Amino acid sequence: MEHASSAAHPAPPSGPPRGRALLPPRGRALVIGASSGLGASLVRELVRQGWRVGALARRGEELERLREECGPERVVARVHDVHERAAVPELFEGLVRELGGLELLIYAAGVMPPVGPQEYDTATDVEILTVNTLGAMAWCNPAAEYFQSRRAGAIVGLSSIAGDRGRKGQPAYGASKAALSHYLEALRNRLGDYGVHVCTIKPGPIDTPMTRGLEGLPMMISAERAAREILGAVRRRANVRYVPLRWLAVSLVIRAIPSFVFRRLTI
Amino acid sequence: MALARSFRYVEAWGMAAGREARVLQPRSLEELRAALAEARAAGTPLTLRGTGNSYGDASVPARGAVLDCSRWKRILAFDPTTGVAEVEPGVTVRDLWRHVLPQGWWPRVVSGTSFPTLGGIAAANIHGKNNFAVGTVGDAILEFDLVLADGTLRTCSREREPDLFHAAIGAFGLLGAFARIRLQTKRVHSGELEVTTFAGHDLGELMDYVRAHVGDADYLVGWVDAFARGDGLGRGQIHHARYLAEDEDPRAEQTLSLAHQELSPRVFGLFPKSELWRVARLLNHDAGVRFVNAVRYQQGRLEGALPPRRWTHNEFSFLLDSLPNWKWSYGRRPGHGLIQFQPFVPDGAAHGVLSEILRRSQARGFVPYLAVLKRHRPDPFWLTHAVDGWSLALDYKVTPANRPELFAFCRELSELVFEAGGRFYFAKDLILGPGALERMLPAEPLARFAALKRALDPTGLWQSELWERVRAPQSTSA
Repeated sequence: MEHASSAAHPAPPSGPPRGRALLPPRGRALVIGASSGLGASLVRELVRQGWRVGALARRGEELERLREECGPERVVARVHDVHERAAVPELFEGLVRELGGLELLIYAAGVMPPVGPQEYDTATDVEILTVNTLGAMAWCNPAAEYFQSRRAGAIVGLSSIAGDRGRKGQPAYGASKAALSHYLEALRNRLGDYGVHVCTIKPGPIDTPMTRGLEGLPMMISAERAAREILGAVRRRANVRYVPLRWLAVSLVIRAIPSFVFRRLTI
Repeated sequence: MALARSFRYVEAWGMAAGREARVLQPRSLEELRAALAEARAAGTPLTLRGTGNSYGDASVPARGAVLDCSRWKRILAFDPTTGVAEVEPGVTVRDLWRHVLPQGWWPRVVSGTSFPTLGGIAAANIHGKNNFAVGTVGDAILEFDLVLADGTLRTCSREREPDLFHAAIGAFGLLGAFARIRLQTKRVHSGELEVTTFAGHDLGELMDYVRAHVGDADYLVGWVDAFARGDGLGRGQIHHARYLAEDEDPRAEQTLSLAHQELSPRVFGLFPKSELWRVARLLNHDAGVRFVNAVRYQQGRLEGALPPRRWTHNEFSFLLDSLPNWKWSYGRRPGHGLIQFQPFVPDGAAHGVLSEILRRSQARGFVPYLAVLKRHRPDPFWLTHAVDGWSLALDYKVTPANRPELFAFCRELSELVFEAGGRFYFAKDLILGPGALERMLPAEPLARFAALKRALDPTGLWQSELWERVRAPQSTSA
């Protein structure tokens, strides 16, 4: 309760600006999984657009570099491992108090360890689910409660086109993203009445450390471009958005392939 | 499981005040004590809260954390031969009536909405549409356990700890947290009430009708069209209800069932009531409410010409509960909403003061969108709002723009009430300033309350925005 007495502030006479605008031009955001890849690009893009950002990641030095790069007054950095779910409520409260409010939460943490064709390793699968799915729930839940009470705000989850079908290559990764998409959809339906928006992002391959070393990935885009498109989609209140958009066409085709055919494909 | 906690905007039900705070949600006495120990160790004050149905800031924290007891909600016992129920504080009025009605009982006193918790209604000492006949909910409570700031538990009843019993009921959580409440319910022989409508041309007619029927009615509640002027000032209707006797409902077993009490979630079987607030929002302005009131008044006159009809307890007691989120018709953004200004005025002065309030509201252009008239009687609780007289509950629309002027206007109206020896009800209030307590309550119970607060809560652990707002700076408490 270290914040409880110091951070008291008067009752706001009014909430965020009225009207349909989902996000204020200069708001406050939390990005979980901010030290590299898409998360880091999202922090940079938000700061560039005038936001203050609470950035969380496991790796302190990279986080510190990001903070230095973006301007220490624009970024509040916290070292956090998404395995530490019990620490989240306290951390969430502290960050929202430090930022002075919150309009946007982006869960960008994710892992995709290589999995061999003959590999059935439960420990790896649990690790994937823990970071990609349980960590997302641990952060989206307090944000959902906070935004619902303010009847404003947006939650963004980075799911994946990989969750659309059960491909041979990544059973647990696909399942973790399918579960995340399902959870985010339910959250969106719960919160819609309260003026809170939940946006599911399904990126295709993006040039990040996660995809480095993987060969033959089609239609790869830069993390900077992906970050711009993601924030644009949130502002337009997109429910589910493929990034870049042309992956929607790919997904429609992939989802239409019957199982007995899909089984024989190598995608 | 660990003590559940969250961080959110803790809001007045009317949405016109609130503050972000840590919310702790104990589900048992052990968890409550753990929360207390944590707060004492950190020197953080606590504000007690249930489901947050007080219109004003009674359960909004001034600082520190919120202790939300709404998840601590088991019905511990109910004896269908005596009608005595024993509950945990988070049990709601709705949970209770649904438990007891099929067995032939109904809570003696209920609020106009069924969502508040029993701990909350005990702390607010709420009244219902039968206040003139049976008193407040405190009068129906037999015994309770109260957890004090130091974690000790005190069992209170009229015999065992009469001072604490009469001080804690109506103390708005400033002396301790209810951990268990035993209360008496009322035997009913039907799931329905017989309701008669009387339409009156002005406030005087409505009050005369109520005076003539306080002896034979079980419930009396008036609706007033606050837009009506001149000779029609205070026109409206009275709903007069009585319980059915044993032989009046041959289908009692069926009418007492929950299935019979259930209201349809749709209008005309089609339109979902959960979306009706959007329709109400289109009418939520002076012209719209003036129109709705005119229709409603004429409807009341028609109803008045018809023979009495039967309503279920659920429908009669909690009419607005079937319109989810109806308050959003006033706006959905924090800061947009409503305040309820509910003066309690002694019988002799009531007609004059209440008429003057309606006249001034019209003259100033702040006309209440809902006005409800009730008859009250005194009760023995130390901080009670009740007087031998009348109350008129007035819902004023609040926006960030009209707020300062509206609040100043309501404070001006409160002077009329204080001068007439009237009181206010803290489950509703959001406008009174420092010293209001001293102006509405006699010095003697107030001094006793202050002494008790100092003795039981020397560090001022139990706090609220309401308490900070209404007490005189030098008086009472730590």
